[in-house]
Amino acid sequence: MAEKQELRDVEVWDGNMAASQAMRQVQIDVVAAYPITPSTPIVENYGNFLANGYVDGEFVMVESEHGAMSGCIGASAAGGRVATATSSQGFALMVETLYQASGMRLPIVLNVVNRALAAPLNVNGDHSDMYLGRDSGWIQFDAYNPQDAYDLNFIAFRVAEDHEIRLPAMVHQDGFLTSHTAQGVHTIDDDTAYNFVGDFKPMNDMLDLDHPVTHGVQTEEDWHYEHKARQHNDLMTKVFPRIEAAFDAFEKLTGRRYNIVEQYNTEDADAVVVCMGTSVETAVEVSNELCAEGKKVGVIGIRVVRPWPHAQLVEALKGVTAIGALDRSSPNGTFGMLYNELAGTVVNGEEKKVVTNYVYGLGGRDLTKVHLREIFAELLANAEAGKPTTPLQQLIGVRGPKISFH
Amino acid sequence: MENNGWNEFEIGAMLRSFDGAVSDVATTLQEDRPYSRSNSFTASVADWRIEKPVFNKDYCIDCQFCWIYCPDISIISRDKKMVGVDYDHCKGCAICVEVCPTNPKSLLMFAEQEDEDKVLAEWPTKEKKEK
Repeated sequence: MAEKQELRDVEVWDGNMAASQAMRQVQIDVVAAYPITPSTPIVENYGNFLANGYVDGEFVMVESEHGAMSGCIGASAAGGRVATATSSQGFALMVETLYQASGMRLPIVLNVVNRALAAPLNVNGDHSDMYLGRDSGWIQFDAYNPQDAYDLNFIAFRVAEDHEIRLPAMVHQDGFLTSHTAQGVHTIDDDTAYNFVGDFKPMNDMLDLDHPVTHGVQTEEDWHYEHKARQHNDLMTKVFPRIEAAFDAFEKLTGRRYNIVEQYNTEDADAVVVCMGTSVETAVEVSNELCAEGKKVGVIGIRVVRPWPHAQLVEALKGVTAIGALDRSSPNGTFGMLYNELAGTVVNGEEKKVVTNYVYGLGGRDLTKVHLREIFAELLANAEAGKPTTPLQQLIGVRGPKISFH
Repeated sequence: MENNGWNEFEIGAMLRSFDGAVSDVATTLQEDRPYSRSNSFTASVADWRIEKPVFNKDYCIDCQFCWIYCPDISIISRDKKMVGVDYDHCKGCAICVEVCPTNPKSLLMFAEQEDEDKVLAEWPTKEKKEK
């Protein structure tokens, strides 16, 4: 039986420690991992907990991230609670197996500490890896700080393992900015945290020897489409109600409120920026300052990237004229993902919206308050004019002459 | 397969081997196991075969070599007595013929359309060992 830890009400944890503490508290059966910067301390801390008797499960060292996720898939199909962590190049190597995990409907939780993708090689935070996983059929939660990273792990396990859902979930946090920045994190005691997620309930597990199953079967044009349709349908219709319910239950337990779409100063806002990760907190700070100056600017933080919160955003963007989509990933030849998704979300509405795209922060480049003030000023001009007053896509914070498109 | 809808099967890329629970499956004969519709045992792959092994019990010594070597569990043996070939799953690889130690062989390959009684009547005789 695993030893318990007595936590202070508030612990000073970085995002990595917050994630590993949550993983310890839910008592995972199998963690198969191949550590990579900046997520290394998640599995390092977890291995430490296990070696010191705070976890009953197995820790499997593997030869690559492809092997790590493959090990997780096997353990999950066998019928265990399973999780791991990765970043960037490791995430890229996992991609093939990510689709296996979701198609096999295995509720694995993956902590992704977001980091840029080479080349050039870079260990710092941007959202390239998060974007790479967005069509993989996983649920994707986004944390803005260590507290979120801790809390969203519990939500992720609870939603993913629900027998109505049975889909894997990622919890994203920004590399270094969240993962290595120690902050005060409000904790939940071991028993309460475990009970929030509950005992793992196996489904179609291979270790149920009375009901032998074959996992990972082949289907061609005769059945493949139906399986994909089923998975897409469940992502589109079943996941949000379960996340809402989990957020409600979590608020009841801890007093901390999470929303699928986080809104700050959006009531009667003329202009908003939509962003993710640590940028949300910076943008909120700037928005507060500008609101105090009488400017109607707000911030929308995407809490759940997949499934895409179309209906929630339609609601949140009511009355907002200018939208700035802030993408922390190089779109490499098109608009940013957030721009495209938001444009798709608002295009059929009755209100005329002006949507523009800002690419920022690649490879850990800072997004400053000055940048955000400039963005808000441009968005307010767009709202005033009722049309774009800037190019549709601009790269901000990059050296040399201004770079923009369309 | 019945034309079920996209929302009518169990989720996951997963198939059940049996209908309902099973116990002691290892000691239950194949024909008595509750194989599910999705189990490959219930599917015939006879049309993969161009040549078939024919069994002649007159020469068989029940050594079980064919049963051990068959890669598709298509040699039917009961109480260590050779019974015959499962033509629904045999793919005609001829390994059973290759490993048969009797003289003449108790299993020989014939074209799929050959009549079994006819080839049994014309079975080769014992070959003399050359000194």
